Amino acid sequence: MYIHRVLPNLYRDSVSLMALSASLDKLPGVEQVSAVMATPANIALLHEAGLLEGEIAASPNDLLLALRGRPESALRAALEHAVAALETPIAAPPSGATRTEPVRSLQMALAHTPGANLALISVPGEYAAAEARKALQLGLNVMLFSDNVGVIDELALKRLARERGLLVMGPDCGTAIIDGVPLGFANAVRRGAVGVVGASGTGTQQVTCLVHAAGAGISQAIGTGGHDLHQDVGGISMLAGLERLARDAQTKVIVLVSKPPAPAVTKAVLAAAQRAGKPVVVNFIGAAPDALRAGKLTAARTLEEAARAAVALARGRRPPLRAAGARLPVPRLRLRAQQRYLRGLYSGGTFCFEASALLGEMLGEVWSNAPVDARWTLADPWRSRAHTLVDLGDDVFTRGRPHPMIDHRLRNERLLKEAADPEVAVLLFDVVLGYGAHPDPAAEMVPAIRKAQAIARKKRRSLAFVGFVCGTEADPQGFDRQVRALREAGVLLASSSAPAARLAASIVRGRG
Amino acid sequence: MSPLFGKSLSVLNVGIGSFADTVARCGGEALQLDWLPPAQGDRAACDALAAVLNHPAVEAANAEALARYLTSQPKLVGIGTAREVVPQLEERIILHAGPPIDWQRMCGPMRGAIIGAILYEGWADNAARAEQMAQAGEIVFEPCHHHAAVGPMAGIISPSMPVWIVIDAAGGGNAYCNLNEGLGKVLRFGANSAEVVARLKWMAHTLAPTLRAGLAALGEIELKPLMAQALHMGDEVHNRNSAASALLVKRLVPALLKSGAPAADVAAAIEFVAGNDHFFLNISMAACKAMLDAAHGVAGSSLVTAMARNGVEFGVRVSGLGERWFTAPAPRVDGLYFAGYSIADAAPDLGDSAITETAGLGGFAMAAAPAIVKFVGGSAQDALANTLAMTHITLARNAAFTLPALDFAGTPAGVDLRRVVDTGILPVINTGIAHREPGVGQIGAGVTHAPAECFAQALKALAAEVAG
Repeated sequence: MYIHRVLPNLYRDSVSLMALSASLDKLPGVEQVSAVMATPANIALLHEAGLLEGEIAASPNDLLLALRGRPESALRAALEHAVAALETPIAAPPSGATRTEPVRSLQMALAHTPGANLALISVPGEYAAAEARKALQLGLNVMLFSDNVGVIDELALKRLARERGLLVMGPDCGTAIIDGVPLGFANAVRRGAVGVVGASGTGTQQVTCLVHAAGAGISQAIGTGGHDLHQDVGGISMLAGLERLARDAQTKVIVLVSKPPAPAVTKAVLAAAQRAGKPVVVNFIGAAPDALRAGKLTAARTLEEAARAAVALARGRRPPLRAAGARLPVPRLRLRAQQRYLRGLYSGGTFCFEASALLGEMLGEVWSNAPVDARWTLADPWRSRAHTLVDLGDDVFTRGRPHPMIDHRLRNERLLKEAADPEVAVLLFDVVLGYGAHPDPAAEMVPAIRKAQAIARKKRRSLAFVGFVCGTEADPQGFDRQVRALREAGVLLASSSAPAARLAASIVRGRG
Repeated sequence: MSPLFGKSLSVLNVGIGSFADTVARCGGEALQLDWLPPAQGDRAACDALAAVLNHPAVEAANAEALARYLTSQPKLVGIGTAREVVPQLEERIILHAGPPIDWQRMCGPMRGAIIGAILYEGWADNAARAEQMAQAGEIVFEPCHHHAAVGPMAGIISPSMPVWIVIDAAGGGNAYCNLNEGLGKVLRFGANSAEVVARLKWMAHTLAPTLRAGLAALGEIELKPLMAQALHMGDEVHNRNSAASALLVKRLVPALLKSGAPAADVAAAIEFVAGNDHFFLNISMAACKAMLDAAHGVAGSSLVTAMARNGVEFGVRVSGLGERWFTAPAPRVDGLYFAGYSIADAAPDLGDSAITETAGLGGFAMAAAPAIVKFVGGSAQDALANTLAMTHITLARNAAFTLPALDFAGTPAGVDLRRVVDTGILPVINTGIAHREPGVGQIGAGVTHAPAECFAQALKALAAEVAG
């Protein structure tokens, strides 16, 4: 039987049409086929070839498809195939084409990598919200590393993400580990059963490192950004992260890490945690554990406790009691009567905040530029007084300067200044390893520590240097190498922030 | 929606490059963007872009506008006198290229051409008087685009000039363009001597009626198939029209001979048309105008429906933004200059002919025209690269216009305002270059880009429309 179709006003050159005819010829049921421009001469040819019967209403500008064969269904299918082939031009660029355009936009990038599922955004804050919104509208999850995004934008982004079933981590989200892949500032940890949702970047890093150190691993570490649990944002990202980890089969235990949220947000988060259907460890740094102890939740006072509890729960054991942490022996130091104070110089804001909470209880008056108790806010963050803890990652210090995890100069300068203060007995600090951090922090710090020791020695004083390294042996900087170098320089190293702070307090208290 | 977890992580990294390196090193997939703040950092434009990117209302509007553009069927149906066929052409009105502009701000070639048109119409009998009339506001000046018309370079259409009539058989709209005078001292470059005016009169009194008779004998000409064929013969139907002009002559000659028009007129008409490789340009422009007017006026659409220059400003119109123009200073053209001329002699970019690029032809179809690659850097690969670059700022490919050098891919079709702002890739325009003094004529040709500011402004307006 015969079948034909006229496609009005569609021009194709004769070579293309011959190629099309040849491809149609191979289809099942097709005995003979021709695709031509419908000129009178071509129509006559098709009549002669026995491909057309009767008059055809077509003009020379029309494309004519004529087929012979059986059954009719096969011919119709071949016809549809031809029409589709004509209407879908090949869009592939030829290989070896010269200059290609740089990938400027998310949409271009998505055309390039259609399977992409996360946009990691670290552009200047004023453009960050717009980029994040575009990513969400294109169906991408977002990690927004950028800071300086207003709360109105943050809320709008998080609502949009919630509507679309997407996750927004940030703004101001420094760390995450998704499916074993570190994002932003993150440590190399093994995969495992502990899932973390953290509003504080270094807090999350510390928990993942300690879980790794205990021989367990991380399923996912989701960052929310520091403002997520404020009253006006309401913890949208933490709730979303919690829900995802509750559903995630790899995750056996969930750890929540944050500074204490607004009361209403605390309530909402704890209620959601109760419903998670798996053990949840809550560490709202500085919050009284009793306030968090509800139902099946485990309240942790410190990051280290949180990590330990999570590991135990993941192994099907009861979380250890609080006092389980190993106490470091207090070294004997020849301190002068005047040397009464400790000075903490932190690159991780969470560590500073945690120390502020612990040392406040142990020592009373502990000043800081970011204290737990606002009464102890330093008037001038550049000058210490009595016991002082400084968060050097604060905007005051990072304006126009890289973060102290990347650039150690500012902290080294402050270290020498504190060493020259006759009232100082202990210098306390963190060392953060991992992707994104300085490639060799010990090499930056040891010369400054030695110089500080020399300053004290000259005045016939001795100084205690107390620190801890947040990292793993798999981090690019090498945990063991960093620890060895710091110990050789005389630094007393604790396992994490809380024991380091306690040790420092013991030293200054010991001298009474 | 892209789920996280369980699916291998694939990251698009916008910003700090080392983050992408870490992802790649740790088993994820990462693509680093070469990001710059969109719209030169204009924060309001960035926010506007974010508001309308992948917005359902805009996507739906664009699908509608694009479908209208793709299914339009421009046909050349005849030649008429502007006064009789072009809508709303009152008595003393002269149409010009580009966005609206008053006499005081017009460039040299446009002023020269307007004086020529006043003399041609007989409204004044000398150039000084003509200039006085223009100066005194005795003549109304309006853009061709406000009258469903287009014109190359100065783009002058006065009431008694002959115009091509193109109808869109699918959408029903009409489009008009004046007739191409050839090269050298011609009105569209601002020449207005007696010789120029005499040629215009001959075109009106002899050429137009002769061609009209030929077209009547031939019947309507479907323009998309003819243009598609010309693309396969090395034209991009803006700066190169040799093949399309030849195809037109091939059709016209037998019809003219059969038309019954006086033999001497037929001979003169054929000689005139065959002697001008750009004769088809004005028909190409009218066809493009018809395709794009079909797409114009879809509320919410970010499809660009006109790009045009008046020698002072470059203007853009958008399907969803009605009759508004979004303008920026017209760029100068970095091109190849005829012996004795340089960029210092050039008028800023001029003419409605960028309607061809707006329709995905001209610079967008550069891959079709290796013969004129000298204008775009010299190699055939550069021509392909220009066309490929435009795929990043367009909504689709036009299956009606295929490009052999790109394995018969369609031309990039439907310039999307949002993509222009988001990528910073600007529409490429092939263009002739006019001398800045009236009457000197064409002094070169080359490539230019539509100014970014037009698109940023239009995007802000679109975001306001969509939000409102």
